[in-house]
Amino acid sequence: MPSEPLVAEHALEFPGGYTRTTGPVIGRFLTELRDGRIVGVRTAEGRVLVPPLEYEPETGEPVTGDYVEVGPAGTVMSWAWVESPRKGHPLDRPFAWALIKLDGADTALVHAVGADAAKAMRPGLRVRPRWKPEADRVGHITDISCFVPEVTAMVAHIRMEYRVRPGRSLSRFLEGVRDGVFLAGRCTHCDKVYVPFRTSCPECGSAISEEVELPDTGTVTTFAINNLPDPRAPQVPFVSAYILLDGADVPMIALVGDVPAHEVRQGMRVKAVWAPPEERTLSMANIRWFAPTGEPDVEL
Amino acid sequence: MGNRCAVIGVGQTRYQTKRRDVSIAGLVREAALRALEDAGLTFKDIDAVVIGKAPDLFEGVMMPEAYLADALGAAGKPMTRVHTAGSVGGSTALVGASLIQGGVHDRVLVVAFEKQSESNATWALSTHLPFNASLVVGAGGYFAPHIREYMRRSAAPDHIGTLVAVKDRQNALKNPYAHLRIPGINRQMVESTPMLWEPIRYLETCPSSDGACAMVLASEDKVTGTPAWVHGTAMRSEPMARADRDTVSPQAGKDCAADVYRQAGITDPRREIDVAEVYVPFSWYEPMWLENLGFAPEGEGWKLTESGSTALDGDIPWNASGGVLSSNPIGASGLIRFAEAAQQVRGMAGEHQVDGARTALGHAYGGGAQFFAMWIVGAQKP
Repeated sequence: MPSEPLVAEHALEFPGGYTRTTGPVIGRFLTELRDGRIVGVRTAEGRVLVPPLEYEPETGEPVTGDYVEVGPAGTVMSWAWVESPRKGHPLDRPFAWALIKLDGADTALVHAVGADAAKAMRPGLRVRPRWKPEADRVGHITDISCFVPEVTAMVAHIRMEYRVRPGRSLSRFLEGVRDGVFLAGRCTHCDKVYVPFRTSCPECGSAISEEVELPDTGTVTTFAINNLPDPRAPQVPFVSAYILLDGADVPMIALVGDVPAHEVRQGMRVKAVWAPPEERTLSMANIRWFAPTGEPDVEL
Repeated sequence: MGNRCAVIGVGQTRYQTKRRDVSIAGLVREAALRALEDAGLTFKDIDAVVIGKAPDLFEGVMMPEAYLADALGAAGKPMTRVHTAGSVGGSTALVGASLIQGGVHDRVLVVAFEKQSESNATWALSTHLPFNASLVVGAGGYFAPHIREYMRRSAAPDHIGTLVAVKDRQNALKNPYAHLRIPGINRQMVESTPMLWEPIRYLETCPSSDGACAMVLASEDKVTGTPAWVHGTAMRSEPMARADRDTVSPQAGKDCAADVYRQAGITDPRREIDVAEVYVPFSWYEPMWLENLGFAPEGEGWKLTESGSTALDGDIPWNASGGVLSSNPIGASGLIRFAEAAQQVRGMAGEHQVDGARTALGHAYGGGAQFFAMWIVGAQKP
């Protein structure tokens, strides 16, 4: 039987960290970072390197002593999304490593972009540095906590609170619905019956004073089968139908239930299904839905 | 009808799901500047601005006309907001035209827009007030029953809606401003999409778009460039809850069409109109409006669709631009119909130009098919 292989965790770390001499070029860059500025250095050819290098990579020549302030905004050239940040990463939530070309620079800088999600990242995304507080800045690339997208949208929370009164005609109708009846109004001028009850005729404008009680039975004239969920409907699909109550001249829109959606027909006879009297309020919710009566369909 | 009026400039933005790069002000300005450029004018030359859009709940900006006055160069000028639900784009053009026809102004800028991406139209159309019994779920939920009733009455075959959905999207491929551009669009593609509000399928509905459209209207003395002359204008409305109201073919639509045809001297729209831009947000509304607008006898509109008469190469092309089914910045959708009608008779419609178009109909409807706005424009001075 083989023995257990020997395993040990080990960390190799120079106590206190290495001392790194920056030299004049990188030193200038880090000094400016501590002051909240980003600078690049100009090459003999006139290109601006960010971050600066001491020697121009193409020619091997020393860079000039000409420092140029760049950014602070820049453009994402490319990125890699980090879904699970590791210890030592600049952010403790998902972020992107990105190549960012700061405005005025000819080369791209690698830094973290604190975006909400990978889909927020794209080439061309405009970003700006999020600086550490001045007192915490030490002259290190992490003086920039990360870059964040520029503001292109905001959320406007708008809310109006107000008191709604249903008005005389709808109040009257809802009283009827509480008592299990549909109240309609007859325009004596047009001889048309309107439900819900209303106090003026939409056709001729006359005042309506004659109340008519309608039965809770009617005919489906037409309907939609809704496949999009809605908080007022028990399930999807649900049927919202125009129901012409017996004796009415205008249809009402209501749910049709107790029948599979695809068995609802134009011309189908239906009857209201009421909530039990003790549950009723001054509300249309008293009518749960209309259900088929089983009578023969009506010719439309 | 008053003084002569002509369209001398048209400007549109590209219609798309989200215009994240511009504010509402930037969006309307883009369309306005393009219309002014087309007319060879600047804001200085404009006497008055008329703006239209859907209800304020769509973007949650109260009185956007006040906020947009500076973006539209309206400082020190009359600025009017028009508000007739989905037909508002059409009504906006007609209010602008009436200012010219009435001799009030010489050059009027009309603009309409929507930035649907800022909220959700179905939410805005279905705010459930207390006590209210409405079970309508957005525009699709409202119109689906009326489409079903049309199908029953006309006994039209089920695939007619699909044909319109394909035809308008094929046209959209020729329109650089169109939102929905679906290469290889065909019947199978449409039929494989789910029913949202049966009988309406997903691809039989219009998209939600951001976009704006603008026109410069001018009096006869101020006409420059290639004008589209206004030959007739009409608006009608009707109450939603009227007894005996025909929701499939509303009387207000018939009356509006009769009025605009009478002004333009049209007795046979199918023969005398060369191209029509008609508000068809759900595909079945093409055959329904073909009948309502008198292009076909009652119950036979679908036959024109089925025979290909309304296709770009048919004898009466409908929605050569791709229509509302391809681009729907709601408040602007009506104005786009009116503007596209104008572009056709100006010969400036580009790849979707109908050869030799001399007379065109622009149409918009809104609310519960309660508001109608129409105009006839022509290449020839009336």
